[in-house]
Amino acid sequence: MEKEKVYGRPKLMPISIAHCPGCTHGLVEKILAEVIDEMGIGGDFIGIGGVGCGMGTFVVMDIDAIGAPHGPALALGTGIKHALFEKPIIVTAQGDGDCAAIGMGYLINTAVRAERLTCLMVNNGNYGTTGGQMAPTTLIGQVTTTSPKGRDPKRFGYPVHVPEILANIKGVAYCARTVLNSPANYTRTKKYVKTAIQKQIDDVGFSFVEILAVCPPDWHMKPIEALEFLEEKTMAEFPLGEFKNVDHID
Amino acid sequence: MVVKAVEEEKVLVQGNEAIGWGAIAADCLHFYGYPITPQNEVIEWFARELPERGGRFIQGESEMAVMNMLVGAAMTGTRVMTSTSSVGFDLMQESLSHSAGAQLPCVIVNVQRGGPGGGSTQHSQMDYLQVTRGGGNGGYKNVVLAPTSAQETFELMQLAFYLADKWRNPTIILTDAIVGQTAEILERKVLDFGPLPDKDWALRGKAQQKEGKRNISFCGPMRKTFVITDLLSSTWLLAVKELGEKWEQMEKTEVRYETYKTEDAQLIVVAFGYVARVSRKAVDMARSEGIKVGLLRPITLWPFPYDIIREKAREGCKFLVAEDNLGQMLWDVRYAVEGRSDVGFVGILDRHNTSPGGMILPGRVLEETKKMLGV
Repeated sequence: MEKEKVYGRPKLMPISIAHCPGCTHGLVEKILAEVIDEMGIGGDFIGIGGVGCGMGTFVVMDIDAIGAPHGPALALGTGIKHALFEKPIIVTAQGDGDCAAIGMGYLINTAVRAERLTCLMVNNGNYGTTGGQMAPTTLIGQVTTTSPKGRDPKRFGYPVHVPEILANIKGVAYCARTVLNSPANYTRTKKYVKTAIQKQIDDVGFSFVEILAVCPPDWHMKPIEALEFLEEKTMAEFPLGEFKNVDHID
Repeated sequence: MVVKAVEEEKVLVQGNEAIGWGAIAADCLHFYGYPITPQNEVIEWFARELPERGGRFIQGESEMAVMNMLVGAAMTGTRVMTSTSSVGFDLMQESLSHSAGAQLPCVIVNVQRGGPGGGSTQHSQMDYLQVTRGGGNGGYKNVVLAPTSAQETFELMQLAFYLADKWRNPTIILTDAIVGQTAEILERKVLDFGPLPDKDWALRGKAQQKEGKRNISFCGPMRKTFVITDLLSSTWLLAVKELGEKWEQMEKTEVRYETYKTEDAQLIVVAFGYVARVSRKAVDMARSEGIKVGLLRPITLWPFPYDIIREKAREGCKFLVAEDNLGQMLWDVRYAVEGRSDVGFVGILDRHNTSPGGMILPGRVLEETKKMLGV
């Protein structure tokens, strides 16, 4: 009987990087590889990974890839975009620490300048690579290595809602939040990522997608428990959906 | 080096504007910057002149953002530069270290102001150690060029871009508020330093590369020819070794300096930037009194002209370091002299008054040379 291949690595991904058991980063890479391939933009694509678990996001793909310093992936993207007079399509893949803590200033100002760039922020609620410290996105009461008794809002404030902030900035063409917990939301994520990149190609403005994710080892949970936590707690704090989607900015 | 072309019309420009003309002469069409005194004329010049020439000016939200934009543009192989002053230069150090490690050519101008910290908005030479020793982490090296006039600023800007591309390394131009804000006649000669290697390492999208080869750049030590297995950290030390050998080669080949009346000198004043012009005047004053004094002006502060100083020290020549700080280049001169001869110092505490506008004047340099020579 002839076998038919029904599932495999996207053709743009010749290599893979091992992630922790239950981690969703591999899915982010897969979605991006599929989207780049389906949109036929690999030749003009430059991917920038931020410091953290997303550093290797584009390295696994057969495209030009950059590992940025911690925080300024979008500033690098700005330099590249202007240096090549808007020719390349540039996407950054950053974590919530890289993007919303050390990188928040770069993010907001890149949006204010309406740079034709796309930013993906994978939000796993902590600093995964460094061993699970508190991030701006850490939930109230969530235990991390730097909030050992749980995040106390009196001392450390509240989880930051990035796309909701960006929706108020005029230079933003698109901002949305999605999650990787089911095949349906995998499809939703892929659609959001495609839309965000299309806004850049259509020269509308800055685009941003937050992807809610798990971090089983640093949450000290089994993968299935981490998914349950994601659905019960994380998704209760962070609503899904598109917060801004415009085809033209006056 | 040959003169390729000369714009007929001579122009009266500030040293800071000569930075712009020099960049244009070097075909640099990308400038990213952030306002800071005393270099605002530089970013204003580029904001005005670059778009008209088909180039790009971006005003970033901070010097950190600007330097990271430079890193991005440099990764594409595009000639790119920024300009800042002292405290702004501090903020660029992380990404400057990154561009040295990842072998990214770019040019950074530091029009020095007073320090430490915010210091003053007026001139000083207090950043010598920071620019020559690598202000960021990791012990990287970069050529530092120190002009003394608008004309030299214009010419060294062109050399800076050539050296950046030649070595795949950032180059720093170190000037100060006096060199930057003095208006002088500029003759716009376009200089040709010779051919440069192809930038086949540049990231422009795979479709732009020969045979569709992908390129990768990372914020750590990078070998010139990157292979995917370099991502496994087993080759990290090979990259460090390659960088070390490159910097050693630069140190051997890129030393530049100017001497003035040093042949028969019993004492040589060592000075750069505005203090070198002050010191040249002091040398003329000394010579008119029959005192045998000369001037050695390092054009490259790194690599430093140790050999010529060592040679003269062995001949018994004394040295007087004149610099507008508490003593920084002084260390390099002492190192070169190896204790064989006297090394005197005229510094920021010898300024003619205590306000930020105080200067080291020729009379003070002359006074010290006389004291050292016992005349």
